[in-house]
Amino acid sequence: MAEPKSITITVDGKSLSAPAGTLLIEACKAVGIEVPSFCYYPGLSLQAACRMCLVRIEKMPKLQTACTVQITDGMVVTSDSDEVRQARKSMIELLLGNHPLDCPVCDAGGECELQDMTFKYGAAESRYMEGKLHKEEQQWSPVVYFDRPRCILCYRCVRACGEGMDVWALGVQNRGSSSVIAPNQGDHLECEECGMCIDICPVGALTSGAYRYKTRPWEMKHVGTICTHCGDGCKTTLGMRRSDTGMDIVRGDNRDKSGINGDFLCIKGRYAFDYFDHKDRLRHPLIRRNGQLTQATWEEALEHVGKRLKEIRDTQGGQAIGVIGSNRTTNEENYLLQKFARTVLGTNNIDHHRTTDFAGFARAITGKQNATATMRDVATASSILLIGNDPTEQHPLLAWNIRSNVRLNRAKLFIVNSRPIKLRRQAAAFLQVPEGRESKFVAFLNGDDTAAGSLTSPAVSNDSLKQVRDQLRGAQDPIIIFGSELRGADIAALVKFGSGVRAMFICLGDYANSRGAADMGLYPDLFPGYVAADGPHNFNEEWGKVPQVKGMDIAGMMQAAKDRKLAALYVVGSNPVTDYSFDPAALQNAFVVVQELFLTETALLAEVVFPAASAYEKAGTFTNTCGDIQLLKKAGEISSVRSDFEIIVRVADRMGADTKKLVPFGKGVHADMGQSRGAQSGEADRHAVWLTANNLDPRLSPFDPMAILDEIQRLVPGYEFSRLNLIAGNDEHVTAAEHSNAGAGNGLVQIVPANDSLFTSGTLGRYSHTLNSVIENRRSTESKEVMAD
Amino acid sequence: MVISEKLDRFFDEKMKEYPTQRSFLVPMLLYTQDELGYLTNEAIAHIAKKVDLTELEVRNVISYYSMLRTKPLGKYHVQVCTNISCMLRGGEEVFEHCKQRLGIGHKQATPDGLFSLEEVECIGACSWAPAVQVNYDFHENLTPEKMDAVLDQYSRKAKQ
Repeated sequence: MAEPKSITITVDGKSLSAPAGTLLIEACKAVGIEVPSFCYYPGLSLQAACRMCLVRIEKMPKLQTACTVQITDGMVVTSDSDEVRQARKSMIELLLGNHPLDCPVCDAGGECELQDMTFKYGAAESRYMEGKLHKEEQQWSPVVYFDRPRCILCYRCVRACGEGMDVWALGVQNRGSSSVIAPNQGDHLECEECGMCIDICPVGALTSGAYRYKTRPWEMKHVGTICTHCGDGCKTTLGMRRSDTGMDIVRGDNRDKSGINGDFLCIKGRYAFDYFDHKDRLRHPLIRRNGQLTQATWEEALEHVGKRLKEIRDTQGGQAIGVIGSNRTTNEENYLLQKFARTVLGTNNIDHHRTTDFAGFARAITGKQNATATMRDVATASSILLIGNDPTEQHPLLAWNIRSNVRLNRAKLFIVNSRPIKLRRQAAAFLQVPEGRESKFVAFLNGDDTAAGSLTSPAVSNDSLKQVRDQLRGAQDPIIIFGSELRGADIAALVKFGSGVRAMFICLGDYANSRGAADMGLYPDLFPGYVAADGPHNFNEEWGKVPQVKGMDIAGMMQAAKDRKLAALYVVGSNPVTDYSFDPAALQNAFVVVQELFLTETALLAEVVFPAASAYEKAGTFTNTCGDIQLLKKAGEISSVRSDFEIIVRVADRMGADTKKLVPFGKGVHADMGQSRGAQSGEADRHAVWLTANNLDPRLSPFDPMAILDEIQRLVPGYEFSRLNLIAGNDEHVTAAEHSNAGAGNGLVQIVPANDSLFTSGTLGRYSHTLNSVIENRRSTESKEVMAD
Repeated sequence: MVISEKLDRFFDEKMKEYPTQRSFLVPMLLYTQDELGYLTNEAIAHIAKKVDLTELEVRNVISYYSMLRTKPLGKYHVQVCTNISCMLRGGEEVFEHCKQRLGIGHKQATPDGLFSLEEVECIGACSWAPAVQVNYDFHENLTPEKMDAVLDQYSRKAKQ
């Protein structure tokens, strides 16, 4: 496509250039001339409802709306004059005609666009004598509240919900000054509860059930970190406020639009941080005494675990110990955990809850260039093939990017799924195939026409299959996205097809850092970067002696536990008893240690339970399902819990390991100088910055995840990204999978997809007040509707 | 069936003439209202499905137009014009008289469901002001007395 012609216009005497077709308001914004607006929102359809962006354009009879005028050559614009200011002031006066002056109690007070505009353009004095139309506030859902009088009818919410989310739950009823935003169910909403309407509201008309009346915006500190729920890796800005026990998270939103999610956040990213202060949150270590888990000090718990693990290792060997890692701890913690298992416990018996076959994916694309797509790529690719999964429920950001790409760039979307997933509404072709036959479609793509027989149905003809294949064969640099329906050899077959059309791939896994867990080697047969444990590798050069034989996976550990061969099980942020139906009876004689946020079914069986910090309460990095790595900043703080990182280091220390070898801290200047600590950055961090600036070594602790990140970047091929970019809050793409050296797989892997919906999120979701209230609310409205029938 | 099969078939046939199906929404609503007297929830759901819109979107359109209604009115809907020509020629008196005679106000219906009353904007009968429209029939050059005769006529018609 040819670049559009550049056009030069004059605004306020300044000459500026922009591509043809640019909206005047955007052209002005690009050079720093602010044209105010309420209803205009980039990416949404044009409305021209608020009339705030009026400007004078020469040779045009009346003031024009800058949000709808495309620039033309030689256009001369006045964006700021007495006339324009007067017009804007009059608009504000009209808007304030019915807007209540309840700013002191309004949630938006202090970050309200109408307030800002009134401040800038005046119109504080009204000439209206008429009474204001008052309407009581309405609750539309557990999440959404609507205050009618505050609404200025910009229709941003209506468009964000309809065009952006493809939910269409909000509408405008009546007309003129009696227009009102209406929810789809008369008096309540039935929607995806994403909260986009609340965040996009320029005033306080839509407010959130989770945040309303809790604080004022200026009382919060804001920390941009990464969401801890699904595998998409949205950046979420957490509003923090001091509390008795540390720092409380009061609000989540996407104020910082620099993240891979741009404007988007789903209900989990916006509201489901609220598990962090659930009353059931573990706040002190527990040790089993006389059969009961009882409160203990950190000292006692660490000493006990260190001593017992050392005994077991020394008497029965490392192969008697199993380790299960987490999909929601940081890369540094995952790396540290497997290093701890391999070098301190002396075992390769390490695994994690596998929600998709990342190892199989790495085997399939190893050695290929540019084989993985970023989340940002999805928003611009010209064509996309989606096999399996339901991104609307399980990967909301991915679904948003796909929808936006189809809407704004007319991308072609092809969907192959066993269920009529919602994204089919955006699809150029939707092929519903029988469950479990996704791999047959891959075979068909590769030219096996006999596979078509098992795919056809009244809705899917042989011809439609062929058409999709032909279009994909002719596609330019498509992105191929697949869920856990494809594994092992099927992924290899898909990659074989994709390589022929220079496709980039995304393998979809559940949970915030499942990709990181895989990349960091939480595998019995693979070291970090998918390096075969029994093949040649250079980890022992740095680490010293490591076991050369493959370890047991979770299934193996389960069997070993049954056979009484597993003396100890070390579980970090995982719940194998529920997720893998790990037999509780089998663990009776094993020494079980669990690091968790809550007393899960697995933690209930433990001998020692450590209360762990959640990912909102620590620094580190997450790698999303596409391979985009991002920095976590510490936001919340709960006294008496510790990061998994610190717990592992302390246990290793109690076992007599050299922590300096485990965490190579104090080397070089790749230190965390507070950049990752968010709200907690203070005196000590400024001190560290001063030290570095003066060429002195910063003081680093063995609990500094950045020290392990140094080692990861040194030893894991594909993780050589720009540290500066990461610390600046940007996403970097890692390619450990392309650089892997995994050898042949054993073919039998146990994949257990999380099958989370928009309102569930594994263990964390069970303790989220907002998610639970939405689920409960849906249940009660459903039963009411059934009763009415 | 929410609407008569005949009407439904008519919709299906006419829809083909519209390149954008939702453009047929307002005519469909009017036809349906004529048949049912008002737009029932079931009818809204039915029409929404026909043009592939959400029910909310259909309701948005209905609420925009004052001639579309979601509540039943009288069998004879008396629409009295009080716009400028009619006002100058006594339209407001006719409206007041109707209120008295029927005992109901603007947008209300008599308990027996026979009559409903509405004060409306111009109905395009200025040359014969003041004018009243009852359902689709016009009555012109009215006075309160003549209005009585018109209402009597409809009462009789209802009894037949």
